[in-house]
Amino acid sequence: MIELARDIRDICRSHGNDRTRLMDIARAVQAKYGCVSSRALDLIAQAVKSPRVEVESLVSFYAFLSVQPKGKIVIRLCNDVIDELFGAEKVARVFTEELGILFGETTPDGAISLEYAPCIGMSDQAPALLINDTVVTYLSSDRAREIVRVLRETGDPRRLVRRLGDGNNAHPLVRSMVHNNIRREGPVVLSPLAAGAALRKAIAMSPVEVINDIKTSRLRGRGGAGFPTGMKWEFTRGANGDKKCVMCNADEGEPGTFKDRVILTEYPDLVFEGMTIAGYAIGAELGIVYLRAEYAYLRAFLESVLQARRTQGLLGRDILGRAGFHFDIRIQMGAGAYVCGEETAMISSAEGLRGDPKNRPPFPAQRGYLGMPTTVNNVETFCCVARILDNGPGWFAAMGSRGSTGTKLLSVSGDCSSPGVYEVPFGIKLSELLQMVGAEDPRAVQMGGPSGRMVAPADFGRTICYDDLATGGSVMVFGANRNLVKVALKFLDFFVEESCGYCTPCRVGCVLMQRKLEEIIEGRGQIGDLEYLQELGSTMKLTSRCGLGQTAANPVLSSIQAFRPAYEALFRKRPEEPFLPSFDIRAALGESEGLTGRPSAIFGA
Amino acid sequence: MSETFELTIDGTKIQAAPGQTILQAADGAGIYIPRLCAHKDLLPFGACRVCTVMVNGRPQAACTTPAARGMIVDNETADLRKHRASLIEMLFIEGNHFCMFCEKSGNCELQALAYRFGILAPRYPYQFPHRDVDASHSEVLVDRNRCILCARCVRASRDLDGKHVFDFVGRGAHKRIWVNAEARLADTNLEGADRAVEICPVGAILRKGVGYKVPIGQRLYDIQPIGSDIESKRQAAAPGR
Repeated sequence: MIELARDIRDICRSHGNDRTRLMDIARAVQAKYGCVSSRALDLIAQAVKSPRVEVESLVSFYAFLSVQPKGKIVIRLCNDVIDELFGAEKVARVFTEELGILFGETTPDGAISLEYAPCIGMSDQAPALLINDTVVTYLSSDRAREIVRVLRETGDPRRLVRRLGDGNNAHPLVRSMVHNNIRREGPVVLSPLAAGAALRKAIAMSPVEVINDIKTSRLRGRGGAGFPTGMKWEFTRGANGDKKCVMCNADEGEPGTFKDRVILTEYPDLVFEGMTIAGYAIGAELGIVYLRAEYAYLRAFLESVLQARRTQGLLGRDILGRAGFHFDIRIQMGAGAYVCGEETAMISSAEGLRGDPKNRPPFPAQRGYLGMPTTVNNVETFCCVARILDNGPGWFAAMGSRGSTGTKLLSVSGDCSSPGVYEVPFGIKLSELLQMVGAEDPRAVQMGGPSGRMVAPADFGRTICYDDLATGGSVMVFGANRNLVKVALKFLDFFVEESCGYCTPCRVGCVLMQRKLEEIIEGRGQIGDLEYLQELGSTMKLTSRCGLGQTAANPVLSSIQAFRPAYEALFRKRPEEPFLPSFDIRAALGESEGLTGRPSAIFGA
Repeated sequence: MSETFELTIDGTKIQAAPGQTILQAADGAGIYIPRLCAHKDLLPFGACRVCTVMVNGRPQAACTTPAARGMIVDNETADLRKHRASLIEMLFIEGNHFCMFCEKSGNCELQALAYRFGILAPRYPYQFPHRDVDASHSEVLVDRNRCILCARCVRASRDLDGKHVFDFVGRGAHKRIWVNAEARLADTNLEGADRAVEICPVGAILRKGVGYKVPIGQRLYDIQPIGSDIESKRQAAAPGR
């Protein structure tokens, strides 16, 4: 008890007893004690002068934080749709058998907790899991048995990493078995750039000229929404406020996307260079990389890259000798919440709050992180920025299509022979991509992850760009035998789990949609259910507060549109049973029949 | 008040002052936009989404969106009515609402909205969640069965009472209202007269000992539909409408 008090005092003090650093404080306490206990909540609240319930509100929001104690070792098995296609369920059964506990439980000795995690960014090497910060990929039943044995014997997840991955995955500060699976390199993102080269060119211009170059390049945000980057910067530069902030969205959580993980592993300098250029252009001194908790294994490596840039005069005060140009970057760790990929939720989280999105207006460009005008851009966008400054906006705009210039990194997973990362020019046809990745006769392709849309073969001739098939990078391929209604349900399961719960349509609508899909899959659906889903989906789309809720119905709506027969095949057409009950009355009466020891009178004795 | 400007709601031109939200401007002009989480004494929150309107053709929450010169706002449309009814029904089926023996009946804004929208039975299946009641406090009862997560109590306690008795824990469907103590309302500094208590739009936070002072049948919304107070301003301003 005294030890806890002392540790928390030290942890809070090392963060300046600053309540806006609650994420880091809570993460540190969780790492040391396996929970942020009731007593810890009180102590933290006292130290940062915040109401206890506010601290509890934060801790209860994030999947990687908990008030209830967890094991020293937490196994988080990815139950993303792609991982399940590749046998995650079988692996899950092995874990429950070997550990003797269910998912969500901790072994009686308090050693190991078993949980599910939504996509951990390893869909191209599925099934995969996290054990504390260690990633284990290409799982099988045998491997799962071995994992339990090694953990029981050594208590050290790092012992499970034997063969290191390629490139910087083998770096001494990473030492991970993750593979990059770079299948197609391109001129914008996946190619080397000497650190500082683009920044030198940037500071030879005025900040306004830099913004003009970005505007001339017609660069649009790579996270998926496609907002013009130059315009965002111009707003942020023009907004009132002495202090401004540049945020990098490295909370890559959209299931099926993992390209930012590869960028951060192989080209972190490119990202930091882009951020520094942004700092110069908008007049910010503070940069924050919001890194998802699942990528914590990259943190030490990224910190070392930042340190090297400071030594080279590329970060810090009077950068590259230019008096008055100060900029530095800190890494803010997430704690397991998909919604924090939404830019205003990310800002909330970095401020030490629940990951609730904020009301707009004001937009982040007007009032963002701690009230500062803030530009939030995707990891890949910053890479494009650095390259545009190095090679010129004309060079960049010559690639891709008219409304979508440059190249795009795609994370391809699922039923294809070469899953991995592809850098392709915007405007290529989906069919060309499918050929490139070795996808033979797919039944459907999910573009843009669960919040995107399900595309049928009739539409494979369409092009990948903002104005046609838009994607933040996720491309999931589903082969001929896949059950698409089950895929849609998996996506809804994901949204139910990840909704922040702030607004009614998303919090309630996702659950209602999930229940209805379950009914349909269990053979209790009726033809009117499709209209029910469409109406429900239209309310969610129109009235939800942020992008999560506005797009959560997409997989259902787009699959009904493109694959209606797949749904209709599940509706029973038995003439002898014209009435289809939406619930099973026999099963519902089961409990009371068990208690009374006789069958219900409704059905006769 | 500095100079006002004009916007249009459902074809009617109204005046708004700088800093006003669409909802506030509409209230001032006697146009009722249905709402649950919004309250005149509280900062906008934007959770229930019942006040969703179309602003220049795009959906926005009227309670959080600043009014602007020349805005064209649609409020009373068949489509919005359908979506608003859907949201109200969602709030009913998400919790355990038992109007027929709830103390708040007749003063409940959720119930009153259901009447105003002519909702007889929700189209969605009841979820029948298991939720806790906290009766530990001598003057106040918290029944989470009836909570609609509008955060009025959170905001009122923080901004009007200068305390911080309430906040949310959990997320998504597991989100619930919680108190600034290990578990019990009695262990907080809440008092019966706090604004956080009376500001609850439903029967989730109830003052003990006063439940039936006004008999059912003579309560606020038994007498006139919700929104009448706002709409009466318009009738007063433009007689004969």
